[in-house]
Amino acid sequence: MAIEPIVEVRELSKVYLQGETNVVALNRVSVGIQAGEFVVLMGPSGSGKSTLLHLIAGIDRPTSGQVLVRGINVANLNESALAEWRNRNVGFVFQSFNLIPVLTAAENVELPLLLTSLSSRQRREHVAAALDLVGLTERAKHLPRQLSGGQEQRVAIARALVTDPLLVVADEPTGNLDSKSATDVLTILQSLSREANKTVIMVTHDPKAAAFGSRQLHLEKGEIVA
Amino acid sequence: MVIPIRYHVRNVTVRWRSTLATLMGIALVVAVFVLLRALAAGIEKSSAQTGDPRNVLVVRKGSQAESSSLVTREQLQALQYLDGIARNSDGQPLISADVITLLLAPRASGDGEANLLLRGVTPRGRELRPQVHLTNGRWLEPGKREVVVSENLARRFKGLEIGGTLKAGIGRLLVVGTFSAGGSAYDSEVWMDADEARLLFEREMYSSLILRPVDEVAYRSLTNSIESDKRFALRAEREVEYYAKQTLTAVPIKILASLLGSAMSVGAVFAAMNTMYAAIGSRTREIGTLRVLGFSRLSILLGFLLEGGLLAFLGGLMGTSVSYGLYQYVILRGITFGTMNFQSFSETTFQFAMPPILLLVGLLFSILVGVIGSILPAWRASRIPVISALKSL
Ligand SMILES: Nc1ncnc2c1ncn2[C@@H]1O[C@H](COP(=O)(O)OP(=O)(O)OP(=O)(O)O)[C@@H](O)[C@H]1O
Ligand SMILES: [Mg+2]
Repeated sequence: MAIEPIVEVRELSKVYLQGETNVVALNRVSVGIQAGEFVVLMGPSGSGKSTLLHLIAGIDRPTSGQVLVRGINVANLNESALAEWRNRNVGFVFQSFNLIPVLTAAENVELPLLLTSLSSRQRREHVAAALDLVGLTERAKHLPRQLSGGQEQRVAIARALVTDPLLVVADEPTGNLDSKSATDVLTILQSLSREANKTVIMVTHDPKAAAFGSRQLHLEKGEIVA
Repeated sequence: MVIPIRYHVRNVTVRWRSTLATLMGIALVVAVFVLLRALAAGIEKSSAQTGDPRNVLVVRKGSQAESSSLVTREQLQALQYLDGIARNSDGQPLISADVITLLLAPRASGDGEANLLLRGVTPRGRELRPQVHLTNGRWLEPGKREVVVSENLARRFKGLEIGGTLKAGIGRLLVVGTFSAGGSAYDSEVWMDADEARLLFEREMYSSLILRPVDEVAYRSLTNSIESDKRFALRAEREVEYYAKQTLTAVPIKILASLLGSAMSVGAVFAAMNTMYAAIGSRTREIGTLRVLGFSRLSILLGFLLEGGLLAFLGGLMGTSVSYGLYQYVILRGITFGTMNFQSFSETTFQFAMPPILLLVGLLFSILVGVIGSILPAWRASRIPVISALKSL
């Protein structure tokens, strides 16, 4: 039985104009991703992994083609609708964590909830649940600089999860972490897809990290090769 | 929903070291502005506080100042029997003739001499001006060459301390007491007995009359009969109104405050702009991250306007605190400012006046400087592309 894919990428291209020459970062890529999949994007540097991830997550716009998430063509949304769509549907985990330095762990996790209609009590409950999931309840009041890199990334994952998004995207989330912290982070991402049926898309260079995924996509020169 | 305010508050306080120069610049602008306005307010207050609303001042028609006015003894005689003049507990009509002259006296600071306004008054004249009260020594005795001087003048001129003497023509006047008059124009005067003054200065006539009508109806009939009598050629108006026109104009200082304030605030706006550009430049990735999380361009724009306003508000708080501290110091030390009054040609003293509204204006002014300076940087912040969150800086 074929299930309707949650993410459907159709003929997606991204061309950057670099001076006089065009750089084709993505060349007519098509792929479908099902709910609960943990897709790992691999490939050499410059092959277009990040570009694909950004287009799916709605933080960049394609040159041509479509990204349909639950049937919505992300590229068609205007700036403010897209911002709202990201807030509701995508949790983003960055390689360099990107926590807000002046806000505590709990306040960082709460940020995306401020754009929802939740009451402050509901927000507090969601934040507590998300921090509990990443095992950082104890560190709620700490500032990012008072946390280790691994802890920072777990806070970032809590922030990505707290809105209960459809998609969690992560660009080299373990790139700046030691192997123990990396394993913690990967385990959390894996359990998200397995237990919470979230769709997780992760870019990595590390084959060990890739092993946590349920499916691997290889890119080369802007095309999916395997 | 907008970005939580604590995000901006903490960014301002976290960066206080790098923004200190801007804060102090804004503080300086606000302090200069507030202090100049306080000077202007002080000048205005010295006129506003002179005079009793119940009193009527009578001067010669056409004379701009009491010192250039002349009132004859016959006029005094005729006027004091008019109906409607209030009486004191002894049953005497509350009307008094003053003699005004100018006396040259050496400044305490040593740099030259200045004219003092000497007012010859009667006991009735003192009764009509209850705001003038003795602070030290004793009151002058009629028929003697004695003076009481305002505390402000006593501080600013040589020989005006109690026991000192003041040269007046061929004679000398002994200082027997000091008075204060609640910041009014009398605070820049020396008082002596009216008849003694006429003798000393060989004056046949008085300078002005002051009287108190029993009520509003009497006020109208009295001023009417004084002004309509062609033989008198006198002008009657409320004492308060006379002084409101008479005392120093604060307009030049107000203009200076506005000119200096606006010139300096242009500088402060640029300082705030510079600081905000730097702040935003170093937070590009952070702002991109907020955008990834779903915050709109508008909320970024408003947030940074708020942050700039907040920053400048802290500077304004410093500036108004400094001004207020200086004001308290000046009041406590009894420091006064003096200048020549071009209507009476005599030294006029005044104090800073700092009504709370002035401090409030200073604070609002600083916020405005910050918000205006933040418009361009905040606009730039709001245009930072979402993808910037991924570019590590
Ligand atoms: N803003 C840009 N302007 C011009 N070219 C760009 C831009 N962003 C990416 N590219 C180009 O697009 C191509 C794909 O870039 P992308 O960042 O997707 O690669 P990647 O697979 O993520 O590489 P890496 O593993 O090094 O992160 C590269 O050739 C890159 O130089
Ligand atoms: Mg990349």
